[in-house]
This record gives sequence, C-alpha cells and structure tokens, in this order.
Amino acid sequence: MRIFLEQMLNGLTIGSFYALIALGYSMVYGVMKLINFAHGDLFALGSYLGFTLLVWGNAYATVTFGIWGGLIAAILIAAIGIGIAGIIIERIAYRPIYSVGRLPAVVSALGVSIFLQNIIMVIWGPRYQAYPVSVVPTLRFEIGGIHITLLQIVILILSFALLAILYYIIQKTTFGAAIRACALDRDTAALMGINIETIIFFIFFLGPALGGTAGVMVGMYYRQISFTMGWNYGLKAFTATILGGIGNIPGAMLGGLLLGIIEMLGSAYISTAYKDVFVFLILILVLIFRPRGLLGEKVAEKV
Amino acid sequence: MKLNKNIKEKGSIFKNWLIIIVVILFVVLPFIINAYWVDVLFFFGIYALLGLSLNIVLGEVGLFDLGHMGFMAIGAYTTAILNTTFGIPIIILLPISAITAGAFAWLVCSPIIHLRGDYLCIVTIGMGEIVRLVLINNPFGITGGPNGVFGIDFLSFGGPLIIDSSIENYFVIWIVVGLTILGLINLQRSRIGRAWNCIREDEIAAEATGIDVRSYKLLAFVLGAGLAGVAGNIYASKLMIVSPESFVFMESCLLFCIVLIGGMGSIPGVLIGAAAISLFPEFFRTFAQYRMLIFGAAMVVMMIFRPGGIWPRKRGAFKVESLLIKAGEENG
Repeated sequence: MRIFLEQMLNGLTIGSFYALIALGYSMVYGVMKLINFAHGDLFALGSYLGFTLLVWGNAYATVTFGIWGGLIAAILIAAIGIGIAGIIIERIAYRPIYSVGRLPAVVSALGVSIFLQNIIMVIWGPRYQAYPVSVVPTLRFEIGGIHITLLQIVILILSFALLAILYYIIQKTTFGAAIRACALDRDTAALMGINIETIIFFIFFLGPALGGTAGVMVGMYYRQISFTMGWNYGLKAFTATILGGIGNIPGAMLGGLLLGIIEMLGSAYISTAYKDVFVFLILILVLIFRPRGLLGEKVAEKV
Repeated sequence: MKLNKNIKEKGSIFKNWLIIIVVILFVVLPFIINAYWVDVLFFFGIYALLGLSLNIVLGEVGLFDLGHMGFMAIGAYTTAILNTTFGIPIIILLPISAITAGAFAWLVCSPIIHLRGDYLCIVTIGMGEIVRLVLINNPFGITGGPNGVFGIDFLSFGGPLIIDSSIENYFVIWIVVGLTILGLINLQRSRIGRAWNCIREDEIAAEATGIDVRSYKLLAFVLGAGLAGVAGNIYASKLMIVSPESFVFMESCLLFCIVLIGGMGSIPGVLIGAAAISLFPEFFRTFAQYRMLIFGAAMVVMMIFRPGGIWPRKRGAFKVESLLIKAGEENG
C-alpha cells in the first residue's frame, strides 16, 4: 500500500508535467489543426533557459528573495521567454503556410523542431547539464510512512493551480468560449465576430509558456537535462493529448495525468524496462475501442 | 478494358532524355568519386527505397505513418537474427524479411486501420516506438539489447560473387531501387493505384464507388512494410550490424519529410527528397555542428516557398485518344 501510494504520487507529479505540455499540443491542434512538433523542443528550451537563469541569476534572486524567490523568478522568466519564442515561431514558420494545407505545416514543424534541438546543442553543448543542488530545495517529509519531498509538493501545487486556472479560463470565461468556438469551426467563429488573430496569438503564447514552465519543473525534479529530451517528453505529451481526445482541453489534462500514473504503476509493478511499452499499448487499446480518445466527442462525418 | 486501350498517357521527350541521363550518371558516378561518397550514395539509395515504401502509404493512400522505421527494423532484425543464428544466406532472407515485415504490418494494422488522420499517426508512432523499445529490452535474448546483433554476412550470389565492397553494395541498392520504381510506376497506373488515389482524395466517395477501402489501405501498409523490410535486409548486410538506435522516431520523421519535400505520391519527388535528406548534411559538413541547424531551417524555408514539394505529382494527365470515333465504329 505504501509503495502504491508513493508511486501514485510520483505518477501524479510526472503526469502533471505531461498534462502541462499536452495542453500546448491540444490548444494549437484545436484551433490550427496542426501537430506542433516543435512544442517538445520548446519545452526543452524552457528547461535550459531555467537552468541558465538559476545558475546565473542565483546570486541576485536568491540573495534578495531567498531560494523560493529565485525559483519563481526563473519559472516566470522562462515561461514568458518560451511563450515569446512560440509566437515568433508561429509568425515565421507556420503563418505563411496555413493556407496551403496541413501537411506542409507538419514538415515545417519538424524543421523547427530540428532547428531548436540543434540551437540548444550549439548554445549549451551536447553534454547533459545538471541543475545545481544549491538552487533546489531538498527538504523531505514522511507523512504516514510515505516519503515526499517539499519540491514534489510545490510542483504538484503549482501545476495543479496552473491546470485549474487554465480550465477556468477555457471553460468559464468568454475568451475561453471563443477559443472553444475556434476549435469547433474556425471560419464560422470568425463570422461570429471572434478575432482569430488574438486567439492564435494567445494560443501560441500560452501553450509554449506552460511547456516552458514544465521544462523548468522537470529540470528541478530530475536535475538532469539533455538537448534531446524534448522529443521524449513531446512524444509522451502528444500521446496524452490523443489519449484524452485531441483538441479537448480537459481531455489533455486527464490524458497527461493518466499517462504519468500508468507509467509509474507499470514500472513499479510489472517492469521498469517496458514502462514506455505499456504507455503506447494502452494508447493503442484505447484508440481501437474509442477512436476519438477518452473525452473526445464523436464528430459526425460531413460528406 | 476497352477504355484503357484508348487512353494514352502524355509523355514528353524531355522526360525520357532526363531519365536516360540520370541512369547513365548513376552507373558512371561510383567509378569517379571516392569510396566515402559511394557510401553516402548507398545511404541515399536506402533512404530512396524507404521513401518509396512510405510513399505507398503516405503519398498514394494519404495515410499518416510516422512509425515506418519499425517495419524496417523488423526486416533488418529478421535478417540479422536468422543469418547469425542459423547461417541462412542473405539472398534467401531478402524475401523472408519482406514477408515478415509485411505480415507484421498486416497483424498490427488490421485493428487500427479504421482510425483517421492524426489518430492513425499517433498509433503508428506508438507501434514504431514499441518495436524499438522491445528490441532494446532483448526479449528471449535474441535481439542483443542496446548493442544489437552483429556479424551479419555479406550478400552472396554463390561462388565468387560476394558483395563486399562499397561499389558493389551501391549497385545492389540502386538496382533494387530501380526495379522498385518500375514496379511502382506500373502499380500507380493499375487498378490498385487508382483505387489508392481515389481513397486519398475522398475516402467516403471511394467507399461509395464500391472500393473496398479497408483492404486497399491494408494492402498499402503491407506493401510499404514489405519494401521497408527489403531495405532493412540490404542495410543489415551492408553494415553487418543492426542496433535499435538506427530505428528511432527521428528517422521515421525524416522519412515523412522525404515524401513531403519531394511531393506526395511523386516518384521522382521521393528521389529528390531522399537526396535532400541524405546528401544535404554531407555537403554542409564544413559547418560541423551548425549543419543540422541549417538543415532544420532549410526545411522550414523549403515548405514556405514550395509547399507542394519540389517535384509534385501531376494530376492524372490522361489524353483520351479517338474514344468517340472508336465508339462510333462499334455502334455503326
């Protein structure tokens, strides 16, 4: 039971990373019908940006605001930076080819992904980088026999708060309704007076910003980052998006959390080496029996 | 049948000349350049074969397949394992690898073939990743884990005819590519090819016309996987080693790009796309660590300026020749 609860907790932590990254995929897909393959690498860029901020900014932020001030500042700056990067990428690489069709945009996204991955390698070097121990809180608790670190609690609170805020924005506000309308039918939404430009701007800022936040948190949690990690996390998060139903924002959150829990329980009880195999097997099984994903609505085929 | 005889495809003399020049170039080239570049051209050939095989699935039928390397891995590992444990010659394993990869495709694609667009895309990604992860984990101790299987024989036609030099391997792969192209051109014009294109353009209309969409889609996957298996066989015997890191998701993405950079469903396009993917990083070797950076940027620029691909396939330019007169003759 103790192991089960601990693994659930670890699964939730990892799942919240996946959920945060998956939101970026899902929002962009919903509005643009584009699989943004560069998203995973934006996440990795966020991780590296956070690393640099924590190492260089350590002296300033930690001295003036303490260790928490340093961390929050790093997360905020990385999130804003990655959000801006997302907007720039949209302007340069995606905007000119939206009108042509979906597939050229996929190639363009893959190109951006390769570009970002290599720019990280050129700037920070091909070796693994480690988040310094001094900037990450290492306090550990034991509650009812369950080991939990302070960092884990902070990550869980922060990511669930972000998910809740986003859920509120998307489901309850007028702006969220506009985003959902765009996801349903962009042309009709435009005819109803929704400013598509603003929506796209928002989507391409918020998605990568959440990804960047997840990047810094992954860096703090695992402390080791590499320039290729964007592919791995991106693939998992994309899987989570599909699992929950692509374009569906609560679905992406649910998919991410489920994926993290499946991965952790699978590696704890069955086999560590095959943990990714379970993830993909469950995805395939879900899609065979529920082709629209868990929360995806069945869309009638238009002829 | 009668209708087919009266339809003639538009051919241009320029195109025929171009083909002859390209073929002569490919025959002469390996004797002019050094061994390193012959090897580069060999990998160009492998990418061309893989591109052609993915082109069946993605270009002809429009099914998003981002796990195509999984099929090649099945072919390569079939060759490697059967050759190293049982000593079966590579030439016999060539069809066996193709059949194994095709059978695997049939097995895994049957339950998922009804999925549309991006859902099919993620399932094929998942399938490719599962193949790779299983290979890394060394099931029953036959795949050698992360190290892979090594000590694979050269291709041999019996007697002194052993393919062991770069130039010989180069000719093997390009003869296979050439035969594949001939086969695929015929396939494009056949009933199957037309059915595929019909499904790509409008699946519902195709189904309404009486095309068995499910079977034709499966056929595309099986044929594509079989060709990828052939590529895997040749790859394994050339390198003498297969390991899981040759079949990563990134490679599947590159194959996807080969088809799209060249132009969907266009055979010369696939060749150009394969050349772009395999030769581009070589030409930019002087830029060392910046070359992949340039490569990524080039892909974006390319798609902005030529979103349809470098050599897009012309929409069925058929010229109906004297159809009316013939029909009139029959009536009268």
